[in-house]
Amino acid sequence: MSDPDKDAISPSLAAEILAEFEKDWRKALRKSVPVKERMKTPRRAMPQRSAEERNKDFTEVNLGLTAEEAVAEARRCLDCAKPGCVTGCPVSIDIPTFVKLVEAGDFAAAAAKVRQANSLPAVCGRICPQETQCEEKCLLKKASGVAVGIGNLERFVSDYERQSGGAVVPPLPPPTGNKVAIVGAGPAGMTVAGELARLGHKVTIFEALHDAGGVLVYGIPEFRLPKAILVAEVAYLKRLGVEFRMNFVVGRTATIDDLRAEGYEAFFIGSGAGLPNFMKVPGENLVGVYSANEYLTRVNLMRAYDFPRYDTPVFPGRRAAVIGGGNVAMDSVRTAKRLGAEQALIIYRRSRTEMPARVEEVHHAEEEGIEFHFLTVPTRYIGDEHGRVRAMECLRMELGEPDASGRRRPVPVAGSEFTTEVDLVVVAIGQSPNPLIPQTTPGLKVGKWGTIDVDWTTMATSLPGVYAGGDIARGGATVILAMGDARTAAAAMDKRLRQGPGSE
Amino acid sequence: MPRILRRERLVPNIHLLEVEAPEVARKALPGQFVIVMPDDRGERIPLTIADWDRDRGTVTSVFMAVGTTTRKLALIEPGETIPIFAGPLGLPSETGRAGTVLCAGGCFGIAAIHPLVRAFKASGNRVIVLVDVKADYLLYWRDRLAALADEFVVSSRDGLYGGTEFVPRHVREIIERETVDRVVAVGCTYFMSSVSEATRPAGIKTTVSLNPIMVDGTGMCGACRVTVDGQTKFACVDGPDFDGHKVDWAELYARRRSYFDDEIKSLCAWEEERFP
Repeated sequence: MSDPDKDAISPSLAAEILAEFEKDWRKALRKSVPVKERMKTPRRAMPQRSAEERNKDFTEVNLGLTAEEAVAEARRCLDCAKPGCVTGCPVSIDIPTFVKLVEAGDFAAAAAKVRQANSLPAVCGRICPQETQCEEKCLLKKASGVAVGIGNLERFVSDYERQSGGAVVPPLPPPTGNKVAIVGAGPAGMTVAGELARLGHKVTIFEALHDAGGVLVYGIPEFRLPKAILVAEVAYLKRLGVEFRMNFVVGRTATIDDLRAEGYEAFFIGSGAGLPNFMKVPGENLVGVYSANEYLTRVNLMRAYDFPRYDTPVFPGRRAAVIGGGNVAMDSVRTAKRLGAEQALIIYRRSRTEMPARVEEVHHAEEEGIEFHFLTVPTRYIGDEHGRVRAMECLRMELGEPDASGRRRPVPVAGSEFTTEVDLVVVAIGQSPNPLIPQTTPGLKVGKWGTIDVDWTTMATSLPGVYAGGDIARGGATVILAMGDARTAAAAMDKRLRQGPGSE
Repeated sequence: MPRILRRERLVPNIHLLEVEAPEVARKALPGQFVIVMPDDRGERIPLTIADWDRDRGTVTSVFMAVGTTTRKLALIEPGETIPIFAGPLGLPSETGRAGTVLCAGGCFGIAAIHPLVRAFKASGNRVIVLVDVKADYLLYWRDRLAALADEFVVSSRDGLYGGTEFVPRHVREIIERETVDRVVAVGCTYFMSSVSEATRPAGIKTTVSLNPIMVDGTGMCGACRVTVDGQTKFACVDGPDFDGHKVDWAELYARRRSYFDDEIKSLCAWEEERFP
C-alpha cells in the first residue's frame, strides 16, 4: 500500500476555489495592483529575536508579522487562476482566498477560511515545512524565485484569531448520537476530533499523557511552539463538544475492544511514533545519553528548564552532542544550548545538503551558535567510573552512491576514528511506531516496521470501524501529513457512521 | 482527577496510598504498575500496584518516602486529588503453576509481592514468602502475607524474628532445604540483585521487577532502558519483570543514580517552599 498522490485536489474543492476566485471583490482586488508591482515587492522577512538573546531562554524565536507587514506580504500573491499552492498543501487549504482576505484586511475571515481546512492553523503556521509544500508550488517562486510567505501569513491570521477572542464555534448540527473514540491527542487525533465534532458526532479523545498535544507538547520546544497555542486549540475543541480523557493509556487502561463494548462505534488511532530508535552502539545506556524523546519530554512536557521549581531534572551538559540531522535533532541541540551548554554540537553522518531538517531550523541553530559536524558518526560512548558518559568515539564518513532515499549513502573512512569529550548525548535518529495498540488489539494488521496497515484512500485499518493515521501509519512523518490523514479518515468515518459499513 | 481515599504511614517512611481509580482497578494484574504525579509541578514516577478492589474501584500502592515526589505523596490527605494515576502499565507477571515458589519482598516490595503471592497461591503453588526489613519495627503486612503463604519467613537485621542476616542467607537456606521451582523478588535494586545472586548457583528461575527511572511509562521515552542478556529493553513495556540472572545490575545502579545531586537540590527547594 502506498501513500496516494496528495497533490490531486478533489473536483468539489476545485469548484469551491474557482467560485471564490470569481467573486467580484477578488476581481477588484486583483486589478487594484499591477502584477509587475506585486512581483517587485520583496518578501517580508519573519521578524525574530536576536540569536544572542534567544539562545538563553525558551521564549519564542519568531515574533510574527505585523498587520501592515502581513497585508504587504499578501499583496505579493498574484492570485493565479490555477493556484499551485493548494495542491502542495496536505490539508488543501484554499490558500489564495485566505491570502486575499488578508490583503483586503479582513483577518477574521481569513482565519476562518484557514480553519475550514486546518484545525491547527497556529501550529502549522509555525512548524509546517512550507518551503517544500505550498510555497514550493507558488507561481511567484517560479517567476521571481521567492514564494509568497504563506506560512507566515497562516501564522499571522491564526494569531490574530487567538488574540481577538479565539475561533468562533460554527453552528453545530443536531447530535448524531454516534460515539467516536480517538486514541492520542496529537495533531492527527485533534484534527479528527474537530472535524467529527463539527459534524455532530460525540467525540472522546483518550490521551496517555497529562497534557494534550502529543508531539506538539512533549516534543516541539516552547521557543518554536508556545504551549499557550495548544491550550487555545484544546479549549476550542472542548467548545465544539470534544471530551478529553487524560492519563488514559488505550491498550492498558482499556483496549479498543473494551471501548467498543462501551458503545464507541468508530475509532481513530493516532498514537504516534512513540518509540525512540537507538544506534545500538556500545555505551548507549550510559548515564547522560538520552533519546531525543526523553530529553525533549523532560524539558517540554515536564518543564525541566524550570527545575527545581518543577520537580523533573535534566542534565544541562557542558559539551552536548546531538546525533542526527532532522528537526528533532535541531530542537534538541538548541534546547541544550538554552540549558547552558557551552558547546552544543550536531553530529550528522551525511553532509549539509542531505540534512532532513528544515532550512529555517538549521539557519536558526547556526545563528544561535550550534556547531555542525558533518560526515561523522559515533561508534562508541565512553563512561567515567560512575557510569556517566565522558567521551565518544567517532568515525569520519564520505558520501558514496545514492541509497533508496535518493541521498548519497555515507561510507566509513578507514582509520578515521577519533575521540572527543562530551558529557551529554542526545540520540535523535528517529522514532518507530508505538507498539502498545498493535500489541493489544487482536486482528489489527501491522506492517513490517510496526506501522498499522491502512487503506490510504480512507485510512481504514483491517478492523471494521477502526481508522489510523499520522506516524502510527506512516512511521515518522510531519505534523501536517498526520493532519491530512486525519481529514481523510474523518470524512470516511463520518460516511460510515451515517451510511453504515461499506459506504466509505 | 483521581481522589485519594486513604493515605497511611505503615511504618516509618513507608506509606500506603489507596486511590479511587476504577479503570485502573478493573484492569490491574499482578506485577503491573501505575505512573503517579503528585501535583502540577511534580515528576512522574512509577509505583507498583500492591492491591486493588474492582468492586470499589480502588487501587493501592505502597511507597517509601525518599525524594520530592514520594515526600509529597506522603503528605497527601484523604479526599485530596492528584493529577496523574495512570495505568495499569507494564506486562503482568507470570504467575502460573510452577510448584514451589519463593516470593521475596523488601521495603516497598513487601506490599508489591502481595498480588503475586495471591496469584501464585490461586494457581495452586506452594508459596513461601520471605520479607526483608532492616529492623523489626519496619515490618508491615505480616498477617496479611502470612495468611496467604504456606510459609512466612522474616529476614531482619534485628533478632526478634529469628534472623540477623541479610536476605541471601535466608534464600540459600530455603533452597537448600527444599526444592524451589521459582523465585520472584521485588524491592530495591540491591535487594533484588542479592536475591538473584543467591539463586544463581542453583540455577533457579528468578524473576525481578525492575525499578528504573521512568518518565512516560508507555515506551515513548526510553529513560527506563535496562540491559538484559546483552539486549537493551524498556522496563515499562518489555517488563518490568526480567530474569534476575541476566540483568546488568551495575548499569541499573548507575542509571538509577543519574540524578542524585538534582534529587537533593529538588528536595531542598521543595522543603524551603513547603516549610518556610
